[in-house]
Amino acid sequence: MQALYAQLLVGLINGSFYALLSLGLAVIFGMLNIINFAHGALYMMGAFCAYFLLNVAGIGYWPALIIAPIVVGIFGMILERTMLQWLAGLDHLYGLLLTFGIALIVQGVFQNYFGSSGLPYAIPDELKGGMNLGFMFLPIYRGWVVVFSLVVCIATWYLIEKTRLGANLRAATENPTLVRAFGINVPRMITLTYGLGVGLAALAGVLSAPINQVRPLMGADLIIVVFAVVVIGGMGSIMGSIITGFALGVIEGLTKYFYPEASNTVVFVLMVLVLLVKPTGLTGRAA
Amino acid sequence: MKHRISALLLGTALALAAGGALAQDKNVKIGVLTDNSGLYSDLGGAGSTLAAQMAIEDSGLAAKGWKIDLVSADHQNKPDIGTTVARQWIDVEKVDIFVDVLNSGVALAVNNLVKEKNAIMINTGAATSDLTNAQCSPNTIHWVYDTYMLANSTGQALVKAGGDTWYFLTADYAFGHALERDTAAVVVKSGGKVIGTVRHPLNSSDFSSFLLQAQASKAKIIGMANAGGDTTNTIKQAAEFGIVSGGQKLAGLLLFINDVHSLGLKVAQGLNFTETFYWDLNDGTRAFSKRFSERMKNKAMPSMVQAGVYSGLIHYFKTIDAMGGNPHDGVKVVAKMKEAPTDDPLFGKGTIRADGRKLHPAYLFEVKKPSESKGPWDYYKLVGTTPADQAFRPLSESACPLVKK
Repeated sequence: MQALYAQLLVGLINGSFYALLSLGLAVIFGMLNIINFAHGALYMMGAFCAYFLLNVAGIGYWPALIIAPIVVGIFGMILERTMLQWLAGLDHLYGLLLTFGIALIVQGVFQNYFGSSGLPYAIPDELKGGMNLGFMFLPIYRGWVVVFSLVVCIATWYLIEKTRLGANLRAATENPTLVRAFGINVPRMITLTYGLGVGLAALAGVLSAPINQVRPLMGADLIIVVFAVVVIGGMGSIMGSIITGFALGVIEGLTKYFYPEASNTVVFVLMVLVLLVKPTGLTGRAA
Repeated sequence: MKHRISALLLGTALALAAGGALAQDKNVKIGVLTDNSGLYSDLGGAGSTLAAQMAIEDSGLAAKGWKIDLVSADHQNKPDIGTTVARQWIDVEKVDIFVDVLNSGVALAVNNLVKEKNAIMINTGAATSDLTNAQCSPNTIHWVYDTYMLANSTGQALVKAGGDTWYFLTADYAFGHALERDTAAVVVKSGGKVIGTVRHPLNSSDFSSFLLQAQASKAKIIGMANAGGDTTNTIKQAAEFGIVSGGQKLAGLLLFINDVHSLGLKVAQGLNFTETFYWDLNDGTRAFSKRFSERMKNKAMPSMVQAGVYSGLIHYFKTIDAMGGNPHDGVKVVAKMKEAPTDDPLFGKGTIRADGRKLHPAYLFEVKKPSESKGPWDYYKLVGTTPADQAFRPLSESACPLVKK
């Protein structure tokens, strides 16, 4: 029983990464209608950004949590301005192919220079060590990841669903022409939204740097699962993707305990089941 | 049209005649089949292609009228892709010899194909000891290391040091299974006990669930029967969950210098594991490694897989040069390679056994403390050497049909 609690908690930790990443994807898809396949590569760039900040500029983990998402977010906005914006209104497939190509190029470039084994990034001193919860030894850093990503997820949801800015955004997706008539700069808003989604990916990258090796392929390995999360949660649904992210982390954790060999398939089995029963995803609305 | 065909026929006839007259064909094509983009690409990958290139240059065969071609491909750690490439290489590109071929799953698949087509494989990357046991082939030489040797050296040393209860964390494919099986056998034989095992999918990024299970088992040793990125992530996350500080010991059953480099000494210090090559062993290894690292994009020192590519090809080149030409007959060349002793600056003097096993000493290393290291890549302390004749599975235990008993 104790072991089960431990697995649930570990699942929740992994779920926080799924939630952060799928949230970014959902924001981008919901607002821009782009299936952002470059998300994994941008997550990886966030981790590398933290690594460079530390090893080149001597800037530690805490500032990196803010700087890396901004730097990578700006990179994302440049992508949007120079390439993605021309695909607006076209079939989803174009955006998917373009971002997939970008992901391959970015990963290839990083792999060329840094190899595949990755680079070390230590846990910040303040979050080192762990505490004994009775049923498991919880590394403090992992606890921090869960709490912090939960806060970020809820803040993002609040920003989009409950604030005036979010309302404008949602209106701009619904009917860009009309919103423009109100004097709102829609293209700039879309660029900023893409930047926000990308920044969330980079933030997840910084969070994961001390846990995983900082590797060029760290995102590629994760992105497929994250896409499954988004599909299960319902494309474009913000709350849906947050909840499914955490839930799938837990389900995956349990699989690792009961039948570890299936742990990297279970998410896809679930995806198939959900699509068969409810093609729009758990919280998605019918198109 | 008719004209063309007859011209073509004439050309073919001439070429055939010329081929007959020129009995000494001095063309060789080498194929480096490896992981160029995935989790093992630092161990083999571009470094293996570079090692092959250096072997070609150092062999001096070009000056003797040989024409040596080199091709390389990425098998993406998928046996089906590996065999498709290999088949095309043999049938269309006329590749004579395969080197590297890391990943046991791919290696076993290519092993069958190479035998069927009578080509040659010098395997320097795959770990499974089946390549020279039940699956042995007259066309294959297993050059650098295998799971039996790793188990024998690292496993025995750890049980002797008091680590008598083991829990395995195993990569769920041919390699992990072989390494777990061979190590478990050594543990039991040395008086230890295996109390559990958990198998994780290849290329996992999070190991915390598996580590918690290992932790709960209370085994003294957690044997990591995985490799590459899987191992480095396991080690890093084990530190996080306080596994080593809780008194359990991690055993890296297969670690490479690139893994240690990527972990950093702070995390990796104190780990024991076995390799058959280290760049700082002697003058010969140092000279080669310096030349190698200068030509590598990230200035990495060679892994034992890459060193094996060089060493294996040097012996191959010596053999075909002594034969006076390339017969394009895998069984024939491999038989000749087994007859002659091997000698190169990287692995020293050695021999190749009837079952295709290349013999050389195995070294038990310990990773240095950060304070003991003089700089990048100065990572290992030699703590023990198993002589060549004891390092690998004895022929008396072999299930290989090529071994006459």
